[in-house]
Order: sequence, then C-alpha cells, then structure tokens
Amino acid sequence: MNLLDFITRLLAATLAMGTSLTYATLGEVYTEKTGILNLGMEGTMLMGALAGFATAFNTGNLLLALIMAMLVGALLSLIHAFLCITMRANQVVAGLAITMFGTGLANFLGQRLGPATNNFNLTGMNIANKFSNIAIPGLSDIPIIGALFDVSLLTYALYIILPFSWFFMYKTKYGMVVRAVGENPRTAAAMGISVTKIRYLYTLIGGMFAGLGGACLSLSFIPSWNEGMTGGKGWIVIALVIFSTWNPGRVIIGTLVFGGITSLQFSLQAAGLKMVIPSQFLGFSPYLITLVVLTAMTIINQKKKGSFASPSALGVSFAIDDK
Amino acid sequence: MKKGIVLLLIVLLVSSFAFAQGSKEAASSAKADAPMKVGVIYISPPGDMGYSYMHDQGTIAMEKHFGDKIQVIRMEGIPENESSERVMENLIDEGCKVIFANSYNYQQYMLNVAQRYPNVYFEHCSGYLANDNMSNYFGRMYQMRYLSGMIAAKMSPTGKLGYVGAYNTPEVVRGINAFALGARAINPKATVTVVWTNTWYDPSLERQGAIALLDQGADVIAQHQDTTEPAKAAIERGKYAIGYNADFRGMIGDDRVLVSPMWNWGNYMIPAVQSALDGTWKSQSYWGGLEDEMIHLSPISPLVPADFVKQVEAKQAEIHDGKWDVFWGALKDNTGAVRQNAGQKMSDEAMLTMDWFVEGVIGKVN
Repeated sequence: MNLLDFITRLLAATLAMGTSLTYATLGEVYTEKTGILNLGMEGTMLMGALAGFATAFNTGNLLLALIMAMLVGALLSLIHAFLCITMRANQVVAGLAITMFGTGLANFLGQRLGPATNNFNLTGMNIANKFSNIAIPGLSDIPIIGALFDVSLLTYALYIILPFSWFFMYKTKYGMVVRAVGENPRTAAAMGISVTKIRYLYTLIGGMFAGLGGACLSLSFIPSWNEGMTGGKGWIVIALVIFSTWNPGRVIIGTLVFGGITSLQFSLQAAGLKMVIPSQFLGFSPYLITLVVLTAMTIINQKKKGSFASPSALGVSFAIDDK
Repeated sequence: MKKGIVLLLIVLLVSSFAFAQGSKEAASSAKADAPMKVGVIYISPPGDMGYSYMHDQGTIAMEKHFGDKIQVIRMEGIPENESSERVMENLIDEGCKVIFANSYNYQQYMLNVAQRYPNVYFEHCSGYLANDNMSNYFGRMYQMRYLSGMIAAKMSPTGKLGYVGAYNTPEVVRGINAFALGARAINPKATVTVVWTNTWYDPSLERQGAIALLDQGADVIAQHQDTTEPAKAAIERGKYAIGYNADFRGMIGDDRVLVSPMWNWGNYMIPAVQSALDGTWKSQSYWGGLEDEMIHLSPISPLVPADFVKQVEAKQAEIHDGKWDVFWGALKDNTGAVRQNAGQKMSDEAMLTMDWFVEGVIGKVN
C-alpha cells in the first residue's frame, strides 16, 4: 500500500471517529463560553447514544432518532443548568453527578427499551437504517482530500455547522452577548442582558450537541447499543475544549489531532511497521498532548495577555444581587 | 450552593432506595427451604454479550441444574480492586457458601477473603492463586482458536488475517499463536497481523482496530475482545469474521461470521457447586479442555465447504482424544529463532507464561 492511500484511509478513519467528538466538543464550547462548566458530557453523550439508538430501533426513523438524542441531551443539561444557575451549586460537583447519573441511567434503560425476547434487550440489536457514508462522485477519488467527500451526512453537516459557529460567535451580535456573559456577567447584566436566560439557553444547546455526538456513535460509527459505549469520550471532550482554546473554529483541529492519533496507533500496527513507540504510549498520548497544550497556552497567555484564555467567569455562578 | 447539595443528596437517596429493593426481594425469599447460596461476581455487566455474558450463561445453566437447591446472588461490574473484598464479604454476610469471581485481577483480593473465611468455598476464574478453600479454574481456549484459525485460512482469498487483541497477556498471546498455527497448517503462507487496543471492552476502539486491519487488506478478522464490534466491522466491508465468547453468527445474523470459539462455564460451575453441596469440595487448579467440554466451537457457517468442516472435526477429535495438541512439535518465533524442537510437548507452565509470537504473526507482544 502506498503512502497516499495510507494517509487517505487514516483521514477517513479519523473523520468517522472524530465526528462524534466534534459535535460534543462544539456543544461544550458553547456552554463554557457563557461561563458554565459542564463535566456531565460523558453521561449526556451516552444518554444521547441510547436515545438515538432506541428510537431508530423502535421506529426506524433516523431523523426522529436524532431529534430524540438532542432532546434527551438537552434534558440532562437542563438538570445541570438548574443546579448550577438557579440553585448555584458547585459546577464541578453537579457535572460529575450528571455523568454518573447519565451513564448509570443509560445502562439501566438499555436493558429495558428493546424487545423482551432478547436477554439483554437493546445490546447487540441491529438497526435497519444507519447514517452510511455517501461518496461525492469525482471529489471522493482525489487522494487524501477525497476522504473528506466520502463521509456520512452527520459529518457533511459539520462542514456547515463549524464555520457557521465561528461566524456566529465572533461576527454576530448574538455571539458577542454569549462572550460577554462568559467574560463579565456583571457588565453584561448592567447592559440589560439576562445572564440567567443566556446561560440556560447555551447549556441546553451544549447538551443537544452532546446528545447528537452520542447519537453519531450509535447511529453511524458503531450502529448498535453497548453499555458504556462512549468509553470516556466525554472526558476527551473536556480536554478538546481546552485544546480549541474555546474557539468553535478551532474545534476541528483538536478532533483531527486526537482522532488521528487514535487511528494512527491502529494503522501503524495493522501495517505491520516495526514500531519504535509502544502501543500503550500511543494510547495515552492524547492526554499527554492536552497537558502540553495547556502548558504552552499558559506560557503564551502570560506573554501575550489573554489571547488564548478561558472565559473569565468560567465556573463562577452569578446572581444580579451579588456584591 | 447548599441547596444544590441537599437536592443532590435527596436524588441519590431516592435512587439508592430504588436499587436496594431488588436485593431485598432476593434475600427474603430465601428462608422457605433454605437453599445453599452461591455468589457470582462479574467484571462487566452480562449485557456485554461477551465474556461476562457467557459466564452468566454458565450461571443460568447452574440454576437450571440445581433448581431450588441453590440460590444465586449476582454482582455485576465489580471493579478489580479492594472494593471487591467488601463485595465478597457482603456476599458472605448474605449467607453465600460458594463464591465465584470471573476475572484475573480479583485473585489476590479473593485470596485475602478466603484466608479470613475458611468455611466458605472460593472459585477464581483465570488466575493461579489457590488456598485450602480456594480453587482456580480456566479452559484451554487455545484449542478452539487453532480450529478457528484453520477455518479462517481456508476461507481467506489472500491469506492476510487480522486479529484484534485486548492486552498482551499470556492468555491473549497464546490464543493468537494457536490461531496462527491453525491458519498456517492450512495455508503455509498465511499471516496474522495483530492490533492491540489495550482494553477488554470499548466498542469504538475495538471497531477502529478492526477497521485499520481491513484497510491494510485483511480479509478475515478474529478477535480477543468483549464486544461484537470487530466482527461487525468486517461484515460491513463484506469480509469474514471469527467470533469469540458467544455465537456471533447468531447474534449478528450473517453467515460471514465463520465460527466462534465459545466458553461453557457451566460445565465447571455445576460440579464445583455439587461437591460443595455434598461436602466433598477440594481445592484444585483446573485447566479444562475439550475433553471436559469447557470450550467448544459454535456451529460452523454454511459458507465453509462441508468436506473442510469434516477436516476440522477430525482435528478436533484428535485434540479431544489427547492424541495431539496445539503446541506440540517444532516451533519458531516470528524472529526466526527456534523455540521448541520436533517431538517436544510444551508444558502448561510455558503456555501460561507465553510472551512471544509464533512464525507468521505480524506484530509485537510488547
């Protein structure tokens, strides 16, 4: 196999796996931009994966499945929003609780939403329809770039959603409102913006995207339901948000790098290359890179104040009558 | 802030009541005719449809066999750390006389508990530690891996076989070697390329490993993983798959799953519990093979030619009758070094510590 082929297939594998990560990361960026930290992504993604799969299994309707995944994702983050914004609970504690609750509930329901004839219900069931890859004739034959044009509808949608998200966040009035709430909620409130409303809205949007990210797994990449099938992706998402420096436009860089490393470790082994790097090292390298990026960012920020910083009010609750 | 924590506590409290109810029901129905209680500890939920699922099939067989003479208490998804000791002690508090645990790293914790409770029998699967009241047991799965390797090589047009492996433990390495030996007995040019996922259970990583192998031209995917994802990835590309643990052909519903090496844990669990009931229980280190039906092959796919199935069955009979075994005779490793001379039979100890690949395997153990 020549190198061009190798890279093309590596990119294809990266995109297939990275789509789920990209949606969820984008969602978390939206949420964190308003100053709310949602560590419940793992649980939210898993619930989204279950909701999507269960709907597709029982109705065969993929569009409905996506809507259900987004609804369930939004519902879980509504709990988070209520705890963090209305009750002003510790955001870290609330987020961890959402993850534990979400993963537990998903595994519990996964054994109850399918046909009773099967011992383990939804686990191992197949769905009639899934989001398959659609190749664009001509474009998909180009080496390397072609991989971008042989993906599922869920990935194609990202080609529009990602640039739009960047434009929305940095070039529109609404985006400015979001950033203002995350940077300085007091000033935003003084300007007549309802901090509570904006934070609720974007926490829900974040949950919707996380649910969608989970559904990408269960409706496209792994078209089935498996307990704990997100396998820690919700935590990688938290790292990827840092990697993207809270910029929706940069989200794709993180997912490509992270997804790429995971795919590369398998491709190298499968190609039978005498690896200098042990597979275990490649396995934890995504997290190592997060540490490196975090360190680099801190250093850059010290020199060039604030260019890559997190939203100033991230993790801090706010009420209009606070002093 | 405070309100939030109070609310959280209430939610936790309510949910713990809901979950506690199940175990209470189990306890109260016990008194009627005092069946012997048996505790079963699983590393993953039986819903993994793989390793713990097959253990649970053994438990179900045991329940059917003994009827109301025993009562089983299942503990699912128990982590392999100190907390497993608490779980075992809880089972003993509930009155369990026999306790099974199905994963390797429980063994030290089980031994600790076994030493504290001499009147309870402990059964540990896949380890090597034992005590007066603790046995270990496992099966010679490599024999089935060999047979599945024969079938894989027969059906592969290119002879390029792929193998998705979990961890580089002797158990997995032994399975890969047996698979490769079986394959090369049919097609001497066959190769087995190994991809490590470094996890027993992660559907997406398992699938990615298989995809990487398929991208490199493998046309049969075998696996030592807990989910059906590697096999599914192969089927979706129109290639062949070899299952593991359970009958994947039935689960996936596609004849391109050629065969699945399977466990039959009930065949160990039933006699073990019987001896506990009879008071004849003895500590042992048990490594059962084909002759004990601890392991077997699933029905072979109709895509495999019937006369070849006969050839596989003949080999199986040889193993069954003890006339031949997988690691008998001359063996070279994949660097070309001679590991065993003709006429030699590998000892159980050498098999249980295997850390090298046979000729024809592409990959590294470490």
